[in-house]
Amino acid sequence: MNQQAWNISLEHLDGGYDGRSVLKDFSATIPAGAITTILGESGCGKTTLLRLLLGLNRPFAGSIRIGGRDICRMSDEQFHKMRRRFGVLFQDGALISSLTLAENVALPLVEHTTLPRKTLRDAALRTLELVGLDKFADYYPGELSGGMRKRAGLARAIVTEPPVLFCDEPTSGLDPITAAQMDQLLLDMKSCYPDMTTVVVTHDLGSMDHIADHVLVLQNGKAAFSGTKEELHASQNPYLRRFLDRKFEESRRMAAPPLDSSVRQALAEWLDD
Amino acid sequence: MNEIFAPVLNLLNRLGEMALFLFEGFRQAFHARRLPGKVLQQIYVIGAKSMFVILLIGLFTGLVLGLQAFYAMSMFGAQGMLGSLLALTLIREMAPVLTAVMITARAGSAMTAEIGVMRISDQIDALEVMDISPTGYLVTPRLLASLLTFPLLTSIFTVVGIFGGYLSACVLLGLNEGRYFSGIESSVTMDDVQGCFLKAVVFAVIVITICCFQGYNAHRRSDGKGAEAVGNATTSAVVMSCVLILMADYVLTSFLL
Repeated sequence: MNQQAWNISLEHLDGGYDGRSVLKDFSATIPAGAITTILGESGCGKTTLLRLLLGLNRPFAGSIRIGGRDICRMSDEQFHKMRRRFGVLFQDGALISSLTLAENVALPLVEHTTLPRKTLRDAALRTLELVGLDKFADYYPGELSGGMRKRAGLARAIVTEPPVLFCDEPTSGLDPITAAQMDQLLLDMKSCYPDMTTVVVTHDLGSMDHIADHVLVLQNGKAAFSGTKEELHASQNPYLRRFLDRKFEESRRMAAPPLDSSVRQALAEWLDD
Repeated sequence: MNEIFAPVLNLLNRLGEMALFLFEGFRQAFHARRLPGKVLQQIYVIGAKSMFVILLIGLFTGLVLGLQAFYAMSMFGAQGMLGSLLALTLIREMAPVLTAVMITARAGSAMTAEIGVMRISDQIDALEVMDISPTGYLVTPRLLASLLTFPLLTSIFTVVGIFGGYLSACVLLGLNEGRYFSGIESSVTMDDVQGCFLKAVVFAVIVITICCFQGYNAHRRSDGKGAEAVGNATTSAVVMSCVLILMADYVLTSFLL
């Protein structure tokens, strides 16, 4: 498949949960062979969009074209075949808790190939080495830190060398050094697999500045911006300016403490007790 | 009218979903990869790890049945029939029912909690996006393993129960052991043994379907979210399994007798 084949085009997309729309008439294009970051406030529809792209939720209306093919009109069998081309890093890694890191990373190969165990383990170890976790191959996910679990999740996502990689909040909850390592990993992936289309959902502006070739900003379920990060920084759109300058809405300022006197009195009694 | 029929329709809808879930579980037996290893692992989890509790419950069930039956039958001078009564009670009813209930409590609840936690922590979504059927990966091995382990554990329960009855009736209360064992030999037929295995297999399907289904759908529960949903799913799985085991037992017994 050439680069052009793995661009993603979303047209008039409506999606959400239990009939409640989160994305409304959403249209955007994600270019092939680039790192696209999807930015937006909490609750603006980033994760909903990712779940629609992964086929974990069905849209109410509209179309999602990946590689020129509308995944909303595909049969289940066709979509399963398409999904084999995706690698996904979930927010907390979503590693299978009863398997070691090596077993987790090898899982897609174990389930879809008949390769011998040694070959599978070697492939897992080499991929774990890429994310700096080869020494932890026999640890269980519960024995590792959040950052390590995310890196292991990334290793599992790329073990099949997918042409499309989706990452959900890869740097959320990480300290600045580990977050920078994670960003660097995504850039290293880009060097290793230059044709890979990478979609990173984040609200980390530093991460976006570091890794993004293309940026998509969501606001209340719609695309507020689509372009390069340079264009984003140059934008004079009031919402984007507020987002980039980390300015909050004046109406959301706390005018007075939220607790009333009866709650305060009860708390004071509890503290003096 | 809608309010009257809503719970009934909801129940029917749930049963239909469970039936489809079970069907998918069996269908995946023909598609899932590297199944023998996963089935063996589940045989260990469901079977070997439940062995101790089955031995214990089987022994004490036999002991107490022997004790009760000895005194009850002494009133009619029919102690000689004790072996036959105890064996038939165990084989036809107690062993399959109590084994299934004990496996539900020990392995079924753990199964629901494990799958439920996998559901709320995106692990099942991760399987789906890797194009690994969650049903084939999580349910099919448990279903196949249970079809083997339930009858095996039921047999072990029966044998240990008969031994428990021997201990209380013959060793402690002095009943002639020849009369005890000849009573068993003369009254138990192959139909009883077949019925016992049939019940064990049916209960296996009920327990695994309910326990896996409840965990798999923990995120859809209306009575809680997150960890609370997993807890509620586990409670529902155990209660529903136990109730359905007894209901199925009544239906099967009425056909087998």
